[in-house]
Amino acid sequence: MAVDEGLKIELGKQGVFVTSLQELYNWGRKSSVWPMQFGLACCAIEMIATTMARYDMARFGAEIFRPSPRQADMMIISGTVTKKMAPQVVRLYNQMAEPKYVIAMGACAISGGPFKQGYNVLKGIDRYIPVDVHIPGCPPRPEALLQALMTLQEKIGGQHLTGEDRPRFLDAAQQGEFPVPTQGEHDLEPTSNKGVWPVPLVVK
Amino acid sequence: MKSVEEIKAAIVAAVPGAGVEVVPNSSVSGQHSLRIDHAHAAEVATFLRDDAELELDFLSNVTGVDWLDKEIAEKVKVTRQVVKPVEGGEPGQTQTVDESVEETRKHVVPGYLEVVYHLYSMAKKQGPVIVRMRTGNRTDQVEMPSLTPVWRSAEFQEREIFDLYGVVFKGHPDLRRILMWDEFKDHPMRRDYVDPDDYEYEPTAHDEVLLRTKEHKSREQGLGEREQAASGATASGGGQ
Repeated sequence: MAVDEGLKIELGKQGVFVTSLQELYNWGRKSSVWPMQFGLACCAIEMIATTMARYDMARFGAEIFRPSPRQADMMIISGTVTKKMAPQVVRLYNQMAEPKYVIAMGACAISGGPFKQGYNVLKGIDRYIPVDVHIPGCPPRPEALLQALMTLQEKIGGQHLTGEDRPRFLDAAQQGEFPVPTQGEHDLEPTSNKGVWPVPLVVK
Repeated sequence: MKSVEEIKAAIVAAVPGAGVEVVPNSSVSGQHSLRIDHAHAAEVATFLRDDAELELDFLSNVTGVDWLDKEIAEKVKVTRQVVKPVEGGEPGQTQTVDESVEETRKHVVPGYLEVVYHLYSMAKKQGPVIVRMRTGNRTDQVEMPSLTPVWRSAEFQEREIFDLYGVVFKGHPDLRRILMWDEFKDHPMRRDYVDPDDYEYEPTAHDEVLLRTKEHKSREQGLGEREQAASGATASGGGQ
């Protein structure tokens, strides 16, 4: 039930505040996104800088870094995900309560980056868990992380609570827990979760 | 500080029967090293650490090196007896002549794993002294005495070499993989290591990566065709 924008402003002038439950709910969610306190590599240093006084992530309601996945809403994959670490990252993601969001920060987290052809580096965390926002950069500047947070907030703000395009956590039929890869004799097994990450087509 | 030859002489004098060999370094740095044998390794190391003149109390670095089997082709001059017709003689008349022929002979120098220790002295402010050890081969004789009992700082670095090269250190207090997970079977720093085939998505492939991506694609297609053939066979079987 979208309220007509013009009418809303007019009513506002008369001292009447009109909103919808969806708007209120999304406003509440997007205004206090609590990130999980964990860093993987050098991108974590930029993430820490973003939270400090100069860039001040608190302006967006995301200053409370929780050391427990049970209390966090957002996971910032800040750095290289090694194949030894990947199962732990997926496990931590599974332990977070819905609704939950993922920002893949930096070249390594989104694709493996400069270490892509290494034997020990996962070629992007989106192979195992759904990523909401990808940030390129090596490492991305704090402004880029803030931009990603604003993008995420926009995404949350635009979500519908009912209907076909409702988010995963409101759809009981959707997958809630993601399979944790096992560490095999030569590589992670499976090498990707095809349900989350259907192999993209390379168009030349 | 003593030269490598002097250190070698000192070791041989202090540890009777120790096999020490100077491995020369022909580069500008001229950092010659000492190769020691397995049986006396602990004694030699203890001597290097405790000797009043050397006092090598600091092990800065332990490195692994993988030397593959090397095939060496040599050209050798061989004399052979050849039967030739006599020049100017009657037809059919022959003689045996020695003729020198060049032959290429190939022989394989077996590979080995090598571990290099860089030693310094904090007390005497001198170093480095470089000590090497080699394994018998790269497959079943990969054991080597650990120097962790002598220099504690070798512990993690020897574990890393065990993990990445597969050298088994005898006498190491806690020999486990340190970087890769325990279930991992390969040794990634070996030169014949082939990394796992995770080339399903390479948007900017070139050179070696492009080759691997093509290999992956062709294997995937091959698998698909086989599956199709298998399902086709069962379908026709069901029809009968």
